[in-house]
Amino acid sequence: MLELRGVDIRLGGFRIESLDLALEENEYFVLLGPSGVGKTVLLEIIAGLHQPTAGRILFAGEEITKQPPERRPFAIVYQDYALFPHLSVEANIGFGPKVQRVPGDEIERRCAELLHLLDITSLKQRRVATLSGGEQQRVALARALAIRPRLLLLDEPLSALDGNIRLRLRNELKRIHEGSNAVFLHVTHDKEEAMALGDRIGVMLGQRVHQVARPHELFHNPSDIEVTRFLNMTNVIAVDSVTDNVCRVGGAEIHAAGAVDSTSHIWIKPEEILLSKLPFDSSARNQFRGTVTGWEPVDRLLMVKMHCGKLQLSSLVTQASFDILGVDRGTELFVTFKSSAVHCF
Amino acid sequence: MTDRGSARRNIWFELVLNLLGIGLLFFIIVPLAGMLLATSPSDFAQAATDREVLVSIRLTLLCALSATLVAALGGIPLAYLLARKRFPGRSLILAIIDLPIIIPHSAAGIALLTVVGRNSLFGRLFGQGLMGTAAGIAVAMAFVSLPFLINAAREGFSSVPERLERAARTLGASPARTFFTISLPLSWRSILSGMILMWARGISEFGAVIIIAYHPMTTPILIFQRFNDFGLRYARSAAVLLVLISVAIFVLLRYIARPPRPETEGDDCA
Repeated sequence: MLELRGVDIRLGGFRIESLDLALEENEYFVLLGPSGVGKTVLLEIIAGLHQPTAGRILFAGEEITKQPPERRPFAIVYQDYALFPHLSVEANIGFGPKVQRVPGDEIERRCAELLHLLDITSLKQRRVATLSGGEQQRVALARALAIRPRLLLLDEPLSALDGNIRLRLRNELKRIHEGSNAVFLHVTHDKEEAMALGDRIGVMLGQRVHQVARPHELFHNPSDIEVTRFLNMTNVIAVDSVTDNVCRVGGAEIHAAGAVDSTSHIWIKPEEILLSKLPFDSSARNQFRGTVTGWEPVDRLLMVKMHCGKLQLSSLVTQASFDILGVDRGTELFVTFKSSAVHCF
Repeated sequence: MTDRGSARRNIWFELVLNLLGIGLLFFIIVPLAGMLLATSPSDFAQAATDREVLVSIRLTLLCALSATLVAALGGIPLAYLLARKRFPGRSLILAIIDLPIIIPHSAAGIALLTVVGRNSLFGRLFGQGLMGTAAGIAVAMAFVSLPFLINAAREGFSSVPERLERAARTLGASPARTFFTISLPLSWRSILSGMILMWARGISEFGAVIIIAYHPMTTPILIFQRFNDFGLRYARSAAVLLVLISVAIFVLLRYIARPPRPETEGDDCA
């Protein structure tokens, strides 16, 4: 429905080169990337607020590259809400339909509907300066939805909010998307947010989109080492050389089913690494003796860090396993994992 | 150094700040109060009913007001452009706008002769140009007071986050609509403050005006003429009247353009 073809952006300090991106009907697309890679600028380019230096933007098959923002059926929601401080909540929401000459009774109907949808009916007459952050973000969402956009551009919409409110609003975003027939393009640096909301996620690093995939695909099959690093996956190890599905890693040999000559890194998910007090024979091709160097809680599990010679591996275990194994600093344990659990890049 | 020692030094610093600051404040207040107190009620009443004085005050206020209103037509757009656009030569334009503040105002009057004088293009079109006319007075006032309007309006527009305008554009507002529904309502206080300053500065202008028009007489020129021809007492009552009228207008408009009362966060009694 929206397509960017070879879009070049040179604006201020940002430089994005030859960007291709295609959004599908009705999807919730999350653009994930660290701060300062120009995600906001990209949204503003899509909205028509800046011109790309090269490339084309198509909407529903038609070129809109030069169309001014007011003609595009898109709305933007900023991280800092950008509400109009001289207008009431209701007038903020009604602003879009009003300038688009929607009849008064229809504007009222939409306002009432959106106030209800976002649970802010009681704020209707308030001035925006008196609202909390969460309330302001709801108003900003309602204001954007009031023009019935085909594409809603969300620029870090949850980043300025505190934990609880953030979680609630996140769920509501999902719910609102399901109830509308708009495409949501949501920009964030928060991986968890991306996982929770995105039908698809695009990882934007440096000046380009490295990978576009469904959330589970992305986390199980990152396309390259930069994506892997950004997703902060533990147990990413540089490979010295590969022979016959065996990777040499700082003196150790790791069997990796998918290893090829060009494999430069491998990744073993911590939850796929088994810890045991004694060695055992099994179908798993990799087993090393190691010592515990430390641990830290991750969600409700424990990430146990091991030194196996020069190899450093982390394993995710439950509190019960942790107790049974009698883990302590310096405890000797065996780590075991299958060669099919080794992801190769 | 002990805590007590540094606390004592801090007190001294506060004291010096206050003394120097208040001293300067007196420098402004004392002459004005002195002039006011030296004017007897009967002299004042005489000035307040003197037709010549009243006519000059009306002329002064109206010339300065029309100068301000006409200048606002170009000044507000220019201020908006300077606040929003980045283009080569922008800082040169900013410097040019401040020129009328730094050049001597009699020199500004001389410079204006090339535009409104007898031998100027205007002069050839309209016989004697704008010399000795109310329009000429307004031009002189505008020239020297324009920077106040432009700078205040520019700061007003700059303080409106650009994102508000961007959000309005995506919601369907054209650039013009965005200007009139978002940018202008959010900066009108600054613009009005700038207009008040420009008006006040126009009212007080002497140097540039006297080059363009000795007659009809604006009040600053009338005060000067009376001081020269009849002496202090005669000039002072007219001066007091003009000062009082200016201050009254100034206070009233500042009250209208005052910043909004900050509202309390959330409801305490909800």
